[in-house]
Order: sequence, then C-alpha cells, then structure tokens
Amino acid sequence: MDTSVDRFVTGWGRTAPTPAHLSYPRSVEEVVALVTRPRTTRGLIARGMGRSYGDPAQNSGGQIVDLTAMDVIHTIDTATATAEVDAGVTLDQLVRAGLRHGLWVPVLPGTRHVTVGGAIACDIHGKNHHSAGSFGSHVAEMSLVTADGSVKVLRPGGSPDDPDASLFWATVGGVGLTGVIVRARLSLQPVETSYFIADGLVTSSLEETIAVHTDGSEARYPFSSAWFDTISAPPRMGRAAISRGSIATLDQLPPKLREDPYRFEAKSLVDLPDVFPNGLANKLTFGTLGSLWYAASGNYTGKVKTLTGFYHPLDLIGHWNRAYGTKGFLQYQFVVPPQAVDEFTSILRDIQASGHYSFLNVFKLFGPGNEAPLSYPMAGWNVCVDFPIKPDLGPFLASLDRRILEFGGRLYVAKDSRTDAATFHAMYPRIDEWRAVRQRVDPDGVFLSDMARRLELV
Amino acid sequence: MINATGDPQTIALLGGTSELGLAIVAEYLAQAPAHVVLGIRPASSERESAVEQMTTAGALSVRVVDLDALDTAGHPKAVDQIAGEGDIDLAIIAFGLLGDADTLWQDQARVVDFIGVNYTGAVSVGVLLANRMREQGHGQMIVCSSVAGEKVRRSNFVYGSTKAGLDGFFTQLNEAHRNTGVSITVARPGMIRTKMTVGMPDAPLTLDPDEAARIIVEAARAHKPIVWVPPLFRLVMLVLHHIPAPIMRLLPL
Repeated sequence: MDTSVDRFVTGWGRTAPTPAHLSYPRSVEEVVALVTRPRTTRGLIARGMGRSYGDPAQNSGGQIVDLTAMDVIHTIDTATATAEVDAGVTLDQLVRAGLRHGLWVPVLPGTRHVTVGGAIACDIHGKNHHSAGSFGSHVAEMSLVTADGSVKVLRPGGSPDDPDASLFWATVGGVGLTGVIVRARLSLQPVETSYFIADGLVTSSLEETIAVHTDGSEARYPFSSAWFDTISAPPRMGRAAISRGSIATLDQLPPKLREDPYRFEAKSLVDLPDVFPNGLANKLTFGTLGSLWYAASGNYTGKVKTLTGFYHPLDLIGHWNRAYGTKGFLQYQFVVPPQAVDEFTSILRDIQASGHYSFLNVFKLFGPGNEAPLSYPMAGWNVCVDFPIKPDLGPFLASLDRRILEFGGRLYVAKDSRTDAATFHAMYPRIDEWRAVRQRVDPDGVFLSDMARRLELV
Repeated sequence: MINATGDPQTIALLGGTSELGLAIVAEYLAQAPAHVVLGIRPASSERESAVEQMTTAGALSVRVVDLDALDTAGHPKAVDQIAGEGDIDLAIIAFGLLGDADTLWQDQARVVDFIGVNYTGAVSVGVLLANRMREQGHGQMIVCSSVAGEKVRRSNFVYGSTKAGLDGFFTQLNEAHRNTGVSITVARPGMIRTKMTVGMPDAPLTLDPDEAARIIVEAARAHKPIVWVPPLFRLVMLVLHHIPAPIMRLLPL
C-alpha cells in the first residue's frame, strides 16, 4: 500500500519550509525500491524524528524516506552488551528497552526523541563526550542501502563490502548523503541503575565557568555540561549552572530506589499548541527565565537524579519549539579548540551585546573527535545558543562564522540552518576526502537534501 | 536554497542592467553573499559595469547570460542557462522600457515591440521561471511593476497598460502557485531616479534605487504578494481611483 504524501517539511527550528514527497517504508525491500525507482530528478533523503534544527532531512521538490515506521529492536544481547535495531528506532525506545536488561545507551543528545539513523548521520554527542566520544564510536555495524540498490554491511574496522571502512566513516556524520541507514548494531554500556549521582555548581562569571572546566575536575565526571547566561551584561555574562555526574551504582542509591534500580518513567508533562506569537521570545521573557533557571540550580553534591532531571528537562515539554512562533528560530552551535579561550570569551561577549537573545545555552568542554571526516566534535569549547529569527541575525552570525573559522573551530550539521558553502568547507578540511567516497558510492547523485544543496556538499 | 535567515544562495536578475534590479540584488548581498546571474541584452554596452557593481556588492560569482526580452522563442534556453547546474532561488524580473509617452500610442510598430518587452517578454520568462521553481519545490520572484499600472493615466497610458497587464498576471500567478513553494512579490514603485527617468523633474514620493530596493527586499523576505514603494502610494492610488474622469482630465497626471 502506498501511503506516501506531499507536504511541507522543516527541521525542529521551523525555518525555510520546503515541499517534498514523503514515503514511509516498513522494510529494507521497500527502501531499496524507493532508492532505485526515483519519482523526481530531485533526489531522495532519509528522515527520522526531524530533530535536526535546519535542513539535513529536507528535500525541496524531491523525495523523503521517513524511517520512523521501521522501529523494531531485533535483539538485545546482554552477553556482548549490544543491540541490533532498525534505523527508525528512537533512543527513547532503546533506553527503555536497554534498561530492562541493565544496559545503557552510551551517547544521548539533549533529547531522546531522535532515531538511531539520525544519530549516526549527524554523529551526535552528549554530556559525556569527553569520556565516551560521539555516537559513531559505538556503532559496531550498520546496513546501508546505497544508490545502486544494494545493502552494504559496514563496520568501523572494515568489512567485505567496505574493506578500508571509508564508507562507514563517511556515513557517520554524513547527513544521509551516502545512502539510507536501515539497521545498526550498537554497543551498549552495562549499568547497575538508571539514576545519576549529580554534583551541581553555580558560577558567577564566565572566568569562573572556564576555570571550573580547566581545573582538572572534569576528569572525575563521565557526564558534564552547563547552562550559562548570555543575556546579562558582564560580569554576570557567562555565569553558569554546571551539572556533572555519573551513572549511579546500586550501592549509591537510597534503599527505596534499590528495589527497582532500572525504573524509568520519563513522561511528557505538556504538549505546547501552535499558538505562540512571534516575538514572545525576547530579552524580557528570556532574561527572566534565565534568572529563574540560574536561581533554581544551586550548589549540591551527590544528589540522586533521574535521566530526565539530570539530562533531558526539555523532553518534559512536547513541541517546545512552538514557543518561538511561526517565524521559527535557529540554533548556533560551534566548537573552538581548547587553547582559544580568549577568542571564545570575546565571541560570547559579542553574543551578549548583539541584541539577539538566547535562553537555551549549553556549554561543554569536548574530548577528542573521531575518524569521520564530517564529524563535528573535536577537543575544545563547545557552545550552543539559540536565536529567534530577526532582521540582521544573518549578518551577525556570518561575522561569528568567520571568527570561529579563523580560530580553527566549526559548526554542527544537526544545528546549522544558515551558513554558506565556502565557510562550511573551510571548517571541515577533510571534506574532499568525504566527497570522494560519496562520489564513488553515489555517482549519479541519488541522495540529495536541502542541506546538500545549500552547503554544496555533493 | 534559501536559508533559515531568508538569504538566497543564487539570485538571477533578468534585465541585468536595470538600476533598480541591481539595487535589489545589492540589498540582498549586503545581508549575505550569493551567486548572481545577470540576464542581459546581447547588445547592451553596460554589461561590464553591471558585473563590476555586483562583484563590489559582494557576489560570490557573477555570470552573464544573453537575454533578449523580445526573443520569446529563445527564452526556454536562456532560462536553462540562467539556472545552469543548480537551482534559481530568487529571480528578479526588472527589464522594461518607459518609452516616449507622447508618440508611442500612435506608432503601431513601436507599440507592439514595447508591449513585447514590458508585458509579453516578462510573462514569458515568468512562466518559465515559475515552472522551474515549482519543480525545485522552492523559489521566489520579485517582479518590477509600477504604480502606473495600478491606475492607468492619460499621460503615459501605453506604459501604464503594460504594467497593468504585468501586475495582474504576476499577482495571480502567485495565487496559482500557492502552496507549491513558489512565491512572487509584485513591487509597485513610483518614480525612481534612474537613467530611465533622467532629465525628468522629481514627481512626489520619488526615491533613489537603493531606497526603493530596501523597501522591496523587506517585503519579499516577508513573502508579501504586493509592495508599494514607498508604502504611501497605496493611499495615493486609492484616492486617484476615486477621482471622477472629468476632474482627472484637469489634473496634470
């Protein structure tokens, strides 16, 4: 049965909608049929939960293969701590299933509502990047439907279909442009509980925030990230609520929680309706929310927290992106090398003074990156801010792009919705190596997306 | 593509030496760099200066494609060349003639050519561009109409009639393409100080090209179907519409 539809599609930021023909395959055979029998000359791209902020899962005038109907967890093997899953399985699903077997998903981004396919395609990272690396580093094997209609089995150390593993690593962080990821075997992490033991620390200035991240204490915590203030003027600018911790062992839990250590009840409290006016997200509302957040955070040690409390507060609110109104918003996430502290400080000062206000600010010191040519994380200061769409936001961010590039930093595909091709290419010096692999596996340009066109990736 | 902040990656200017057209492109380039394609008459002596102006304004690249408004048979090929390998994210239809209002209406051969440029030629490229953008799934057009087309007046009615036709066609072409990803902004400027109007005394509400371009681009970014340039013209034309013909005849309009 053909259940395909034509509709306008955006990313999570709800900017730049474009129409596409969407199909919802239920099997690998159906994916192969879609790939080998294109309906338009505009190509095809896979889509998961649509949580990327920009356009990697949009395809103007072309086809989108929505994989959310391929959501079977085939096996979870406790002996090897691995899970064999369809690419449309969400990390929320996998966390819940894994915990029943005492296994943990080793890399979780700021929301669990992303698919495994999307997690690989953007090579996502989490609060534990400095200790666990990015998602691609935990993929033991994946199956990729390539442009010729074959299903290739890829492994990080190479496989008969991909002896030098170049296709594996081009697919990790490859934003869907090497093929459709249909299945993966993931390495999971054995844990004793589903809880975190967390330490909270509130800083009063950017200097203090940076100092906490460079005094060696980060090494004690597998998980660490901070919310920080970009609205208040210095000296308060950059003050942060840092939350760090580790997964609790059984003996760290109070007796009552020990009875059901893998309990996991992540509910959504509310789903926002699409009624918010443009401009509601402003200095007054964001400044107030930020101060409340800061005040509510506080200093604490050894607090037992749930995954939602420690890691995913935004998952409590369904469709929180609607609070920004119909004009949408964008996220600006960048990383600069660890030694570029002064440059990084000056960028944050300029954001504070720009007249563009951001509430959801995340700050994290990354560990080293992996082998994937287009993978975003690299050792350094990672910052994520978000801005409602307003006039002059474009030129302001373009000026930040130039400085980030100059400092040896880069932007993240899962967040970017606006930079230009030349800037992106300069930020990813291994792009030609990636393009050579893509050219080899997709010489006729079957896999295309709005991002591929905008950033001239292919 | 057009990105999250509304900046197009490729801008085509049909009528590539139009001062208003070039000012509109420059206004976009002031916000973000883009590739520019200029569709220019093969005989035009102003090619180099247009290219130079766009390079100075910040174009990532500038291509020139031969485009003769009267050669409608050659338009499909010209539009293909304008697109080249990629998409046309924004197209500005800016070519047009002002003509000699006193003689044009009595000269059959010249009036036919005049209509051919201002109306037939614009509609011809407009249809081709809109079809292509529909296939792309996205695309935006800015069409340079005129207040003269909104209320055709005795003093320049041939020009006014071509703009009336153009305006009607493109405002409704926009409706016809609703929900396809294609959007068209029809700009209705009054008098603009360009080579087209050199030597003419300033009419009320006359603007420089860059002032007009700023107003037009702001409207296009908001996907407005119609923009009056300056906005006060909307009111002026509303009043003119309600002046009885006997009184209109006495006015110097």
